[in-house]
Order: sequence, then structure tokens, then C-alpha cells
Amino acid sequence: MFDRLKLAFAALAIGASGAAAADLTVAIQLEPPHLDPTSAAAGAIDSVLYSNVFEGLTRFASDGSIVPGLAKSWDISDDGLVYTFHLHDGVKFHDGTTMDAEDVKFSLDRARAEDSTNAQKALFAGIADVEVVDPLTVKVTLSAPNGSLPFNLAWGDAVIVAPESIENIKTNPVGTGAFRFVNWVQGDKIELAKNEDYWGTPARLDHVTFRFISDPTAAFAAVMAEDVDVFAGYPAPENLPQFEADPRFQVIIGNTEGETILAMNNRREPLNDVRVREAIAHAIDRQAIIDGAMFGLGTPIGAHFAPHNPAYVDLTALSAYDPEKSKALLAEAGVENLTLSLKLPPPSYARRGGEIIASQLRAVGIETRIENQEWAQWLENTFKGHDFDLTIVSHTEPMDFGIYANPDYYFGYDNPAYQELIKTLDLTTDPAKRTELMRQAQEIMAKDYVNGFLFELAVATVAKADIRGLWKDAPTQATDLTAVYWDE
Amino acid sequence: MLRYALRRLLSLAVSLVVASLVIFLVIEVIPGDPASYMLGINAQPDTVAALRSELGLDVSKTARYLAWVGGMLHGDFGTSYTYRTEVAEMIGERMWISLPLALYALTLSTLIAFPAGILAASRRGSATDLGVMGVTQLGVAVPNFWFAMLMVLLFAVKLRWVSAGGFPGWENGFWPALRALTLPAIALALPQASILTRVMRSSLLDTLSEDFIRTARAKGLNRRQALWRHALRNALIPVLTIIGLQFSFLMAGAIIIEQVFFLPGIGRLIFQSISSRDLIVVESVVMLLVFAVIVVNFAVDLAYAWVDPRLRR
Repeated sequence: MFDRLKLAFAALAIGASGAAAADLTVAIQLEPPHLDPTSAAAGAIDSVLYSNVFEGLTRFASDGSIVPGLAKSWDISDDGLVYTFHLHDGVKFHDGTTMDAEDVKFSLDRARAEDSTNAQKALFAGIADVEVVDPLTVKVTLSAPNGSLPFNLAWGDAVIVAPESIENIKTNPVGTGAFRFVNWVQGDKIELAKNEDYWGTPARLDHVTFRFISDPTAAFAAVMAEDVDVFAGYPAPENLPQFEADPRFQVIIGNTEGETILAMNNRREPLNDVRVREAIAHAIDRQAIIDGAMFGLGTPIGAHFAPHNPAYVDLTALSAYDPEKSKALLAEAGVENLTLSLKLPPPSYARRGGEIIASQLRAVGIETRIENQEWAQWLENTFKGHDFDLTIVSHTEPMDFGIYANPDYYFGYDNPAYQELIKTLDLTTDPAKRTELMRQAQEIMAKDYVNGFLFELAVATVAKADIRGLWKDAPTQATDLTAVYWDE
Repeated sequence: MLRYALRRLLSLAVSLVVASLVIFLVIEVIPGDPASYMLGINAQPDTVAALRSELGLDVSKTARYLAWVGGMLHGDFGTSYTYRTEVAEMIGERMWISLPLALYALTLSTLIAFPAGILAASRRGSATDLGVMGVTQLGVAVPNFWFAMLMVLLFAVKLRWVSAGGFPGWENGFWPALRALTLPAIALALPQASILTRVMRSSLLDTLSEDFIRTARAKGLNRRQALWRHALRNALIPVLTIIGLQFSFLMAGAIIIEQVFFLPGIGRLIFQSISSRDLIVVESVVMLLVFAVIVVNFAVDLAYAWVDPRLRR
């Protein structure tokens, strides 16, 4: 009976995956809403296209450093106001047209325009003028010195696009990268193929298929059944030991730029009292959250700053787990019978982490009202409407400690000293001085206990054992496949 | 018959208008703005405003409702906020998975339920009857997504007969596509077949105890002949009702199964659109499903009249 069933299934088995060694199927959790990285915040767009299809003047390397992209070099004027970018010669878009200084000007002007729909428009705020010097030279003039310009231009939101392809970019992206876009079956997959005319080091894969699998059980089955070769951002950390034990697979665990925080509404009573915020910080046992919610993946942080950054200072001791101190601080602040709302967006770090934090807070006498929210609802009510006491969210943008200088931001931290410091930092181009200022910034926010600083989010990639060249860390949300190959 | 059909048709139209209003109001009431969702937490207010006006979200709700209904009347379902493609086109593509999947599941469920139900009814109280009732009890109780996961673990992960999910597309041949739909269809069909079997059995048993069956038996037909010639057709009304409801359920209810098997069908489209607040897609797809349900019920009503002439009056 079993054999006959098997035969019946075999008869149906025509056209199964016969992948060649230069083909790769990559699964990610979320499908991009469209394919224009310059007009949406969805990380899934960059996950598919960053560096593979689209490139910027500069780019993130796998270790998070900024390396030249379409610009082979740049000069900075002595006053720090003018950046002159020298472009690579012979760069072509996938439609065969040449990429030159006009395209750069078009892309930057489009991003900073009045009616721009760029999700990171602030990156371009300091640009006063973009001027074409000659086809291979672009001069960017700033209104004030800004040492982070090369960093800002490495973002997926700053990639160079062609004016003639802008009309259809959302469904047919035309870039300069090592892979060109082939096809998108919405809801199912996106296919890329090697760009034979690539200006730089050519890709070693011929054909790449991205699939979108958000359900953790489906993800597990797809990897185990070898339907996918790589799962970037694997959604269920509880399965990882099983993959590690299986010789067919490798598990790669890396850092992200995601500072996961228990955000506190600094505007509201009694959270506007630093003693109450400090009490909450001491009530939290970070390791218990990392172990319980993330199955051990994640690095504790003591400020809103990535631990793998050279400028990081370990300030976790300031908010060490100390329930007794927490109770004493609450008593000192005269706070009794405190009940706080805790709004949780969908990711498991928030939903699972929220349950653990609620019980840790209960141990020091703070009750929480947990409310689960979808992202759209969270954005509307919590983030924009400021209707929350506590919420858990991972801030995945790199180097985003500048948000603490914005008093209108959702957690409402308003400290003039900090705001002044960030202004000084923006005007500083000397790397050593910048590092010093960033260290001071971390100390100020940690001593003000602005938020509960929990941990740096980790990212897990599960791949077939003989795949090489995948990024370990995620300095930006990307699945850079330009150096990936099968080791045979 | 004609008057009966016209009356049904009128109630169909009224249902559609009411449904469109309810759908629009409910979906617009949920908090969340598609433009803010797309631009994320670093977006500046003027950027969000620019996108809102680009998407046509800056007009009043009444105007949006009228534009939506007006568009649908001549087949224009609008353009998706996130995907920026025609909603009708998206539904068309997704329908090529969801409709065959629903039909496949319905076929399986009917093919299982009819013989099983008739068998159990004709041998009431026997071990076969008890067996059928036991198995169907289990079929109703087991959640289909869980059963689906178990099948994936067995057939895809362990035995490697099928892939764990995904859809190769009809253009790559009929058999690979059918194969990809087989496990999802079985998972969907299992609870439906169980329900249908039980309805079939009890409806037949009710009919078999009616006076006209006794008369038929008195005229000399044996139990088997009475069942096939007289009872079956009379027992079909509740069964048809259930089939009609099941088809609607299968069209709309495959959301979870499509997630489990990552199939790019209508269910997955609804799921993605709701979380990204792609309101126009949600509204149009739900409206279309309502339309499908109403039409199926209309067809079922007509089928009643065909099965039972008394209803034609």
C-alpha cells in the first residue's frame, strides 16, 4: 500500500527542483511591498535588492564599514562643506544605458525634493546643492559640515536610479548591481539573474530566487525539505540547535543594528521622574529576556548603541538587575500601586519579551496592562499618537542615536544638553573627536534612563553547509549575494 | 420558477449593497494609515503627506466610498496602495491558485463524503457506521492547519515526496501544479468531508424513516432500492446547503492553509494586505468573496428548487 502511494506521488513528481550549482534559492520572511528602495521603509525591499540590484555612491561592507560603491573616491573640502565624488567609468544600468553624474544628481535631487516620498528623507536634509562637474564627477554642497554624509549615502534609500526607469521602478527595478531583476510573481517569488556586463567583480551565481515564508513552521519545513538553500533572518530561534546538529546545514549568527528597547513615555507621569525610569531599568533582568524570548540570541546593551561599534561603551552596569534597588527607588519617588500600559508590536522579541518584562515588573510592584498591536496600529496609536506608557521595539536603523535629540519623538526625551551634543557631533568630521562625542552621548542617555535598554537583536541565517560568502552580520538590512558561491 | 429566481436576484442585489457599506466602514475604522506604514518610523510628516496625496488618501471617506463602488460597477477594483498594481489583476492572478484549490478540496470532500455517508446510513448501527462516525468525529475535531503541518513533516521533510510548500505555477505544467496543491487540498478537505459525511448520513436516516419510504417499501422495493430511488434525492437539500457553505468557506477560509504552505493565493493576499493596511485591496477582495458567497448561495437556492419542486412556488 505504502509503495503504491509512493508511486502515485512519484508520478506527480515532474519538474521538481533540479538546481544547478550556480543557482540559489533564498528565503526571507517578508515580501517587499514593491521594488523601489527609495520610497518605502520596508526592510524587505533592501533584503532583496540592496547591493544585488541597486548600488549607491558608497555602500556598507559586511562588517558595517563604509566602502566606495559607484564612487571610486571622494574629496572633502577643508571647510567640510563640499564633497566631490569621482565615479567609476563604464558603469551601465541593466537596460544598457550609461550611469553618469546626471543620474547621481537626479537620484539625490529626487530623494530630497519637496514631494519626495523617501522614507529616510532626513538623510539628505543637509544637502544644499548637487552639481554635475563632468560625466564622472559630482559635487555635493552641504549647508553645514556633516561627517556622516558617506555613511548616509550608503543606505538603501540613497541608491542611484535611472530617470528613464523611474516610471516602472516599483515593478521593474533597473539598477547597476551584479544581478539584474528578472521576474516577480507576487506573493510567491522574485527572480534575479547575473548581470553579465557588471562593472565590478562579477557575481558567482547565475540565478537567484527569493521566496517569502513568514510562518515559522513553514520556514522549518522548507529548510528541512531543502526547498530553499538559504534562509536569511530565520524566524524561529528554537529550531536552530536542530539545524546545527544536522550536517546538511550551517547556522550563521550575527549582529544587527537593532537596539531592542523597552521604550518609556517620558512625557507621562510618573515616567517623567527619572527615579521611576531607573527603578524600571533595575527591575529588568536582560539575560532572562534574551534566554526566554530569544533562546539566548542577543547581546545586552546599556545604551541605545550597537555593541559591535568601536565607539560603544558598556554601560549595562548602570542599569544592572537589582529588584531591591528598584523597590527602594519607587518608594523614594513616592510611587505606589503603579499600573502601566505595555503595547506590543508583532515580532516575537516584543510579544515574548513583553510577557517576561511584565512578570519582572510585577516582582517590584508594577502592574502592566499588555496590549498586542499590529504594526499599522502600533505606528498610528503608539508611535504617532504617543498613547502608551511602555512599548518594546527594535530600532533597526544603523547609528540612530540622533532620535534622542528629537523631543517630539515617540518616547519624548527632552534634554537640551543631549540635543546640543548631537549638533556638535553633526558638525564634527574628525573621527577621534566623533568617537569621543558618541561615547558622551551614550553616557547621557544611560544616566537619564530614557528607556529600558535591553539587547542588540541577533540575526540567524540557516544555509546549506557548502554555501560560502554569506554576510554574518547585518549592518543594514540586506542579503548581499554578490560574493556568494557553492563550495564544491 | 422565474418569479422565484427574480425574488432571489433582488435579495442578492440588496445583500451586495449592504455588504459594500459594512466592509468599507469596518475596514476604514481600523486604526492605521497605509502611507505611514509604508514609510516607517523615520519618515518626516511632509513625506507621509506627499505619499497620502499620491495614493489619493487625502479626500473624504464618502468620496472614496463612492469612487470605489463606482469603479467596481464597471469592473475597476482600484490600484493597490502598496503593490501599485491593479487590484483586479492581482485578484485574477491569485484566483488561479485559490479557485482550483477550493474546487480540488471540495471535490475530495464530496468524493469522500457521499460514499461514506451513504454507507454509514445504509448500515446504521453496524461496525462500519461506528467506524465512519468515529473517524469523522476526529476529522471535525482536528484543526486543519495542525493536520497540514503534520502532513508537511511526514511527506515533505521525512519522505521528501513533495516540497514543503510554494507553487510552481500552471505554466510549468498541470501535474507539478496539482502536486503542489495536493497536501493543502487534503488538509482543507478533511474537516469538510467529515462534516459532510455526518450531514449526509443523518439526512438519509431522517428521510428513510419518512412515510413515503414505508410506502415504497410496502410496494415491494427492498431497503437498498428505496434508498437509491427515493431517499437519496430527498436527503440532498441539507447536503447541498452544506456544500454551498463549504465552497464559500474554502474560498475565504484558506488563509491559514495558504500561510502554512506559502501559497500565493487570495488568502495570503488578504493577510498581507490587512497588515500593511492596503485598504483598497482588502475591501475589493472581501467584496469579491462576499459576491462569490452570495452567488453560490443563489445557485444553491436554484438547486433546491430543482431538487424540490415545492419550493418553486
